Amino acid sequence: MSRLADDRTAAAIGRGPRATLGRIGAIVLRHVYLMRTSWPRVFELMYWPTIQMILWGFITRFFMQHSSYVAQAAGVLIAAVLLWDVLFRGQLGFSLSFLEEIWSRNLGNLAVSPLTPSEFLAALTVMSLLRTLIGVLPAAGLAIVFYEYNVFALGLPLVAFFSLLLVFGWAIGMMVSALVLRVGQGAESVAWLAIFLLAPVSAIYYPVTTLPGWLQSVSWLLPTTPVFEGMRAILIDGTVRWDLLARALAADAVYLAAGAGLFLYSFHVARKRGLLLQVGE
Amino acid sequence: MPASPARSDPTDRATADTVIRADALSKRFGTVTAVDDVSFAVPRGTTMALLGANGAGKTTTIAMLLGLLLPTSGRVEVLGFDMIRERHRAMPQVNFSSPYVDLPRRLTVKQTLGFFARLYGVPDVRRRVADLAHELELGALLTRSVGSLSAGQKTRVALAKALINAPKVLFLDEPTASLDPDTGDWMRSYLEAYQRDSGCAILLASHNMAEVERLCHDVAMMRAGEIVDRGPPAQLIARYGRVNLEEVFLDIARARNGADGASERPGALVS
Repeated sequence: MSRLADDRTAAAIGRGPRATLGRIGAIVLRHVYLMRTSWPRVFELMYWPTIQMILWGFITRFFMQHSSYVAQAAGVLIAAVLLWDVLFRGQLGFSLSFLEEIWSRNLGNLAVSPLTPSEFLAALTVMSLLRTLIGVLPAAGLAIVFYEYNVFALGLPLVAFFSLLLVFGWAIGMMVSALVLRVGQGAESVAWLAIFLLAPVSAIYYPVTTLPGWLQSVSWLLPTTPVFEGMRAILIDGTVRWDLLARALAADAVYLAAGAGLFLYSFHVARKRGLLLQVGE
Repeated sequence: MPASPARSDPTDRATADTVIRADALSKRFGTVTAVDDVSFAVPRGTTMALLGANGAGKTTTIAMLLGLLLPTSGRVEVLGFDMIRERHRAMPQVNFSSPYVDLPRRLTVKQTLGFFARLYGVPDVRRRVADLAHELELGALLTRSVGSLSAGQKTRVALAKALINAPKVLFLDEPTASLDPDTGDWMRSYLEAYQRDSGCAILLASHNMAEVERLCHDVAMMRAGEIVDRGPPAQLIARYGRVNLEEVFLDIARARNGADGASERPGALVS
């Protein structure tokens, strides 16, 4: 075998599922190191969900006495807050993990490594999951202790709601990261703003029928609306709406494919224009 | 001077042993041509330098060789892999160091090297990090964050990162830039020994002409995106009737002809 053939054989060692998992694990480990050396980063993850929980807990107490809607399902607002935070933290966890590479000017190192863009995306989704759990679990615990509301009582559908919202968060995170790759670090504020554009039409705290007719059509195009409608169906009617879960799943698939496609296309354009070394400063 | 390989014209041996091959490589950004029809081959176990004034096209060429930048036209092969379509298959055996790319500042040196070792699929991460820390005298720095290191210390850590996967192809942009003369000399000796032991091919961009004379078997002089002259350092010095490579560099950068007027385009690929 020639030495060039030896090189090609050696390169094959860097392929396969085990090698892929190793590279994804390396990126995750790098971000775990980063969090371990910076307690403000971890504190910030928990801060907003906890504050939100305290605020909405008191609002719920008030409405329990003054609103028949909330009185019939005590946890409807608290569950909505927690699930909304899953989406927000999921998106932010993805986008911030990407931005950390931009801020530390490490993207060039990653681009000139065996890591593929798809593996990079996979690593960012794992980091998003970790960041979301760190942020949301303490808030969920707080709701049990202070407001006697256990969101885990939703049971298996909670896993479905959590997963559907997290995946939608990843899709938006991919779109935000693609935008940063295309136009530079100036677009990073979109990471914090993007999700709030969806909040009014996601039927988080009120039924989708509250919206004007034409806006309801827009609302149903998002996976968030069937998730929050499904949550209310369980808490108010005691029924699991599988049709809504299926609708959310289909919407998730479309948005995730669009987000991943946009990110990979932006990465390709960045390689074409030489942006991978410039992005960051 | 490194004991091996012999300093014959490496293009003579640019056949099956070629590990870096650029063929008619061009890059245009709108109306600006950054790299124009550049061709060369780097054989295994040799070091080639890309020299030129700022803006000559060195970094753009290296970025294309690494697959960071897509060429407008032309072809790049590293270790037999097409770097446009198969770059991820070549990268486990390739590495680089560049002042344009930082290492994560908040991680310790040990965490940084461990991270890159895992990224490159190094089998025994702890041992590799320990070995490199010993060889590059980084032991006392392992627990310090990269951001707290001096420029010279960072350069040594960057070299350790570049060697973490024991690469067969190494791209080095200003590898000894922030080092004092003693440490710079030590680093050059280390690179020579590494190449002698591993047969690694090195592509170097440097403004330190003494370093290029010492390390490189082949030099490509770039100006305005083109290779305007090429050859082993001693041959270039003789051709231009100069005493060292720095004077040759100045002649070329200021567009003065060599003693024999030899500024033909020797960048054509020889295979």
